Amino acid sequence: MFIPSTVLSVAYLIAAVLFVMSLGGLSTQQTARKGNIYGMLGMLIAVVATAAQATLTGVGVQAGALVVGSVIGAVLAARVAMTAMPELVAILHSFVGLAAVLVGVSSHLHPGHPLVGAERAVHLVEIWLGVAIGALTFTGSIVAWAKLRGTVSGKPLLLPGRHLLNAVIVGSLVLGIGPYLAFDADLATGLLVGNVVIAGVLGVHLVMAIGGADMPVVVSLLNSYSGWAAAAAGFMLGNDLLIVTGALVGSSGAILSTIMCRAMNRSIWNVVFGGFGADSGAAAPAGAQAEGTITEMKVDEVAALARAAKEIVIVPGYGMAVARAQHSVNDFTRILRERGVNVRYAIHPVAGRLPGHMNVLLAEAGVPYDIVLEMEEINQDFAKTDLVLVIGANDIVNPGAETDPSSPIYGMPVLQVWNAKAVIVSKRGMSAGYAGVENPLFYHERAHMLFGDANKTMQALVGALREG
Amino acid sequence: MKVGVPTEIHAGERRVAATPDTVRKLKNLGYDVCVQAGAGTRARLLDAAFEEAGATIVPTAEAAWACDVVIKVRPPERIDAGVHEADLLKEGGVLICLLYPASAERKIARLSTRRASVIALDQIPRISRAQKMDVLSSMANIAGYRAVIEAANHFGSFFSGQITAAGRTRPAQVLVLGAGVAGLAAIAAARGLGAEVRAFDVRPAAREQVESLGARFLTVELGDEGVGAGGYAKQVSQAFLEAEHALLAEHAREVDIIVTTALVPGAKAPLLVTADMVESMRPGSIIVDLAAEQGGNCAYTQPDRAVEVRGVTVLGYTDLTSRLATQASQLFGTNLVHLIEQMTVDGALRIDPADEVVRRSLVLHDGVLVWPPPPEPQTAVAPPPSKDPPAKPKPKDTPVAAPAAPVAHGHKAHAGGSGRGTDVALGVAGVLGLLLGWVAPSELVQHLTVFVLACFVGWQVIWSVAPALHTPLMSVTNAISGIIIVGGMLQVGAGDASVASVLGVVAILVASINIAGGFLVTQRMLQMFRREGA
Repeated sequence: MFIPSTVLSVAYLIAAVLFVMSLGGLSTQQTARKGNIYGMLGMLIAVVATAAQATLTGVGVQAGALVVGSVIGAVLAARVAMTAMPELVAILHSFVGLAAVLVGVSSHLHPGHPLVGAERAVHLVEIWLGVAIGALTFTGSIVAWAKLRGTVSGKPLLLPGRHLLNAVIVGSLVLGIGPYLAFDADLATGLLVGNVVIAGVLGVHLVMAIGGADMPVVVSLLNSYSGWAAAAAGFMLGNDLLIVTGALVGSSGAILSTIMCRAMNRSIWNVVFGGFGADSGAAAPAGAQAEGTITEMKVDEVAALARAAKEIVIVPGYGMAVARAQHSVNDFTRILRERGVNVRYAIHPVAGRLPGHMNVLLAEAGVPYDIVLEMEEINQDFAKTDLVLVIGANDIVNPGAETDPSSPIYGMPVLQVWNAKAVIVSKRGMSAGYAGVENPLFYHERAHMLFGDANKTMQALVGALREG
Repeated sequence: MKVGVPTEIHAGERRVAATPDTVRKLKNLGYDVCVQAGAGTRARLLDAAFEEAGATIVPTAEAAWACDVVIKVRPPERIDAGVHEADLLKEGGVLICLLYPASAERKIARLSTRRASVIALDQIPRISRAQKMDVLSSMANIAGYRAVIEAANHFGSFFSGQITAAGRTRPAQVLVLGAGVAGLAAIAAARGLGAEVRAFDVRPAAREQVESLGARFLTVELGDEGVGAGGYAKQVSQAFLEAEHALLAEHAREVDIIVTTALVPGAKAPLLVTADMVESMRPGSIIVDLAAEQGGNCAYTQPDRAVEVRGVTVLGYTDLTSRLATQASQLFGTNLVHLIEQMTVDGALRIDPADEVVRRSLVLHDGVLVWPPPPEPQTAVAPPPSKDPPAKPKPKDTPVAAPAAPVAHGHKAHAGGSGRGTDVALGVAGVLGLLLGWVAPSELVQHLTVFVLACFVGWQVIWSVAPALHTPLMSVTNAISGIIIVGGMLQVGAGDASVASVLGVVAILVASINIAGGFLVTQRMLQMFRREGA
């Protein structure tokens, strides 16, 4: 098959436009599915157009790799539990990083056409950068994946002199460009492999130093990196489609990171280098000690409260995902909504381990998306809410963030659940949240604790409601 | 229990303390309502409508005042040099109205002889629970709106900028002084008419509210915050006043309309717009002074008069709420219903001094003076004597320098102060880009163009993505970043069975996992999202 290069360019243009429309489609629920279709269409056009070039060789092998990869991907996509979405997203980032490294090294070994002078230098710098970003994304994402799965502890690993270590690595990566440009053939290849290794170490070290609950930010950041890696590959291959797509993905990840950081009232530097949550569970939590007593409630008392309520708001957190309680939470919601109780959900931007994670879990369980509201949409409604059910969330409902300037999370926007007439907190025990901060909410006069595994508690609650 | 609604007799007063709507609500609470004939006529609320709502129309003021509870807008006064309203109140009756007790000693004495219980609506505390009873806020809202309407009425041009066949008009420039309830209402009304609005307030906290209405916020940045107890502005230091004066003088020259709303409780209104500021304004400009009754914020203000000075009209109307009498009566009446509702026990009004709202607004209790109430714990904490050391501005904030900063910004269009860092960064990037263009091959420059434009497109598109869809967004970007497969294909295509090609094939394999996995999992997730009942 043969198509002229102008047709190829137009095909790439169409693909790029389809990708933009794909992301644009996600702005509303109604258009989201169409958006995904646009994305697939764009990808199809891009791959077919590339394959239709005259210079392409080894079509059989390529098709084989494509089919094998697609099958693996399809199986992953079909099998993944919604609670495991963060892991899947993280591991997929690592693939992009790996592919970027492979393409970069391949392009180093075989530049396509001979280059001289400034063009050669530019090309080599592009390879150097692309490979470094790719390797960083690859190893960083693997560590993030392992942390999300729990294979590696979620606690931040804080080496002594870690900032110095980072600086040395970045410095050596930058300085390495010089010899890489100067040397020929094998020596240069060795340097490039060294680059991969060092950048890979940096990726591991950076993500190891970040605590489990900061993973939404890290995953978004890696999402961004995977985009920049693709864009860098586009520069080295002189391919505009790769550049455009990489830039779109890179911006997307950057924006998600920004949103997450704002929701925690922290800067991106603080998240990446702060080692936040290092002393979680430590004996002397920062912030003012909460005063008052904790009152516990039993399931049937909570069921009685729920029966009497007109307005209920459920605040899910990462604990709900861990306990896989979303289905019993939905049963609870359905029973009450059938009885005319207005049950709604309040989602904090950083709830869960992935931006929008709670929304996906609730959607999976069958909760209609129009009763799942963002923090800004629902915060003023708490005052007229009869009952708030906090399930596996802690820092995002901490009143200290608004009232206690000595608290480490002071200034972070939180869900103002304490304005409601009653608050029930479903929690395994009294441990502090991720930030290691005491939560005065638990001692609030209108708040009651419902101890136990979230799923079992919710099932018991559903049972009590069915009887009553 | 009977609630009486007498006709307001104050000159120019058109409001009434109840409307057919609020009469219905009072009936529901268990009260019989007697409305004096014609009480609502000047607010376009006719007797027939009151009757239909369940009120009894009584012919005379005496009959309305004879009820157990009398609700009213203005403080009681002498009817046409004859009998005094206070003397008409039933022995042991309850009166609820605006009273301004600090300057109403003789009225209070008169009411005291009736063994009356009197609630002064102007004394209701500014706590969130009492917001729905706060008539001052309701009336300030109306006054702010009406002030802009009056200004528009006297102003010789459009408020909005227009492009017509007969030429272009520029939008009116409006300056609002004081961003309290009235100021914010004025900002909203002026913006609604299409004017460009800037607003000044001494409280930094007002910035957010002002900006949320689309106006520009002006303030004097000194260490002394102007926030007094209860959310009112308090008196501020001399240096502050000088800085403020310089800032306002600068802006007065630029604007067409000034609406002033600055009040300090219990004191004469501060003079903000001086004689020379008025004289520096363009002929045809309008000043509306909402503080006219308290002495005015403008040097030329005369209460209830429109004064013209060198072509500048200064409106000192004190009856702005009466000029919107129907709406004002409705809001006033509703605030009253909320108050009465809270005080009602078993269908009867009960004065309960244990209730903070009642305690703070109660002036007479069965004829005994109980005002001013003992200080609340909160007010005791906010110390009035702290005026001296902390009130002094910090040394670096000289009165000359302080206003200069915001003014300098003012000339820089609407970019705002926060954009400066970005501007610098963009400038640096631009210079670096030009340097790069000097040495780089043209191909790289082309690619950079594409890259930068794509970043901007991405930035714009992604911000509109619904937060609920952020996880699908990540998985779909996962999938499309699998576009790196194209890189792998080109590398295989470019070479033979070399290491380079093998690496390319592996890249294809890995990237296709991403493509298939990303798109399919996105599809799976999106299928789950459904509406109620779908």
